Amino acid sequence: MRELVSSVTSSQSFLSNLPEFVIALIFIAIAAVILTTVAAVLALIGVYLERKVSAHMQDRLGPMYVGGWHGWAQTLADAVKLLIKEDIVPRAADKKLHLLAPFLVFAATLAAFAVLPFGRQLIVSDLNVGVLYVIAISSLVVVGIILAGWASNNKWSLLGAMRSAAQIVSFEIPASLAVLVVIMAVGSMNLGEIVLYQEGGIHKWLVWKFFPFNLIAFLIFFVASLAEVNRAPFDIPEAESEIIAGFHTEYSGMKFAMFFLAEYANMFLVGAVGATLFLGGWSSPFGDFMNSGPFQVFWLFAKAFALIFVQMWLRWTLPRVRVDQLMYTSWKVLTPFAFLAMVGVGIYMII
Amino acid sequence: MTAFDFVFYVFAALTVASAVVMVFSRNVIYSAVGLLFTFFGVAGIYVLLAADFVAVVQVMIYVGGILILLLFGVMLSQRVTKVELRTGTLQLVPALLVVGSGLVVLLRVMYKTGWKEVPAAEFKATSATIGTLLMTDFLIPFEVVSILLLLALIGAAFIARKERKT
Repeated sequence: MRELVSSVTSSQSFLSNLPEFVIALIFIAIAAVILTTVAAVLALIGVYLERKVSAHMQDRLGPMYVGGWHGWAQTLADAVKLLIKEDIVPRAADKKLHLLAPFLVFAATLAAFAVLPFGRQLIVSDLNVGVLYVIAISSLVVVGIILAGWASNNKWSLLGAMRSAAQIVSFEIPASLAVLVVIMAVGSMNLGEIVLYQEGGIHKWLVWKFFPFNLIAFLIFFVASLAEVNRAPFDIPEAESEIIAGFHTEYSGMKFAMFFLAEYANMFLVGAVGATLFLGGWSSPFGDFMNSGPFQVFWLFAKAFALIFVQMWLRWTLPRVRVDQLMYTSWKVLTPFAFLAMVGVGIYMII
Repeated sequence: MTAFDFVFYVFAALTVASAVVMVFSRNVIYSAVGLLFTFFGVAGIYVLLAADFVAVVQVMIYVGGILILLLFGVMLSQRVTKVELRTGTLQLVPALLVVGSGLVVLLRVMYKTGWKEVPAAEFKATSATIGTLLMTDFLIPFEVVSILLLLALIGAAFIARKERKT
């Protein structure tokens, strides 16, 4: 980013007259607009995919007939509908926090996009503590969800928010431990360096390293990330059959759309982070073949969408778990196995 | 004004303003939200001081752990929707005396200290250094702290779960 800024300012003379921080602000604004657009488009694609995948999994015929060829227009219609819907705020709700909550959730999701390496140079902010940053900033989502549940002043919302908070906080532990395995292997928390370490073909991916411990860590990370983005089978925060729609019961119009967008952007985020940490990120699975420029973006998106497909596959085939089963999964299954994987990798690294 | 100064003042203003909201609001949840932005402001200042690891850990522990637990506790308590806090003034004269003397001490320290200007810290990876130091020079304190935390954890679990007598 810094090199990009200095190269642009030196080539354009009128830009070099401006103070440094104005230029920095302009670049930050441009990056933010691009990222927001990317996230919104990804969410749209995610919604369309969800509809199609669910239709194919469960033999639903609707998405083939409604909305033109293979139902492509239905998603656009959904988006327009959300944009023009009336924004209803319950009278007993806490107006300020009711407004703040969806923005917090969306902003936290977008902020995590900033450290994702989409390609060798295509990374907004190449932080040295990139992995930790993703874990830290995603905890802001929980705050947003709790505030949404509380500000709505509705029992369903509050219950959903409480469930969500308990779930995300618990599953953060196995997820972080699984990520630690990667950090141990690479010796860096920089997402760019983690990808560089895995460059050179499918056999260098971190899933296969220290067999079977990294594979276990990847599976733990995937399951925990499902829970962290509140996806089925861990979608108890918004279980329709129990608590209406959970924390976003009282949201409508654009504010609901923010939650909706954040959910799908989050799906892509955990998919992309999983791909970056364990599946080689933007590097090609065939070594040097197709491993340059736009192909890097293609590979990251392909890997992330493969993981998203598995997420959807699980959603439409598995029933929802109970709260106690959820906690059992996190504390008595995933966490001990994550520790096991960590110790295993440690032993591998010593011998 | 350089970029550094500008960003510093933005974060400082954010920290102070949200801290004021936190202290003066009558609603626990509003205080928690104020605290959230205070943490972010402080994290931003850490980043400016080239302490990226501390900044991220600050957000992770205080926002991801403590703040969420705090909100969780408030919501589990009774009368969720209207927890009124008393923020009225009591004992005005003694309070003014204590706060005033504290202010005097702080101001004296501020003006008596010979501040040295250090060149702005360079941005470089600090996490590897921190990790190495924790495993070598500061191993004993590190282990003692982890044992202390483990004890606190066991103690909390012991107090929280009462074995049901049958």
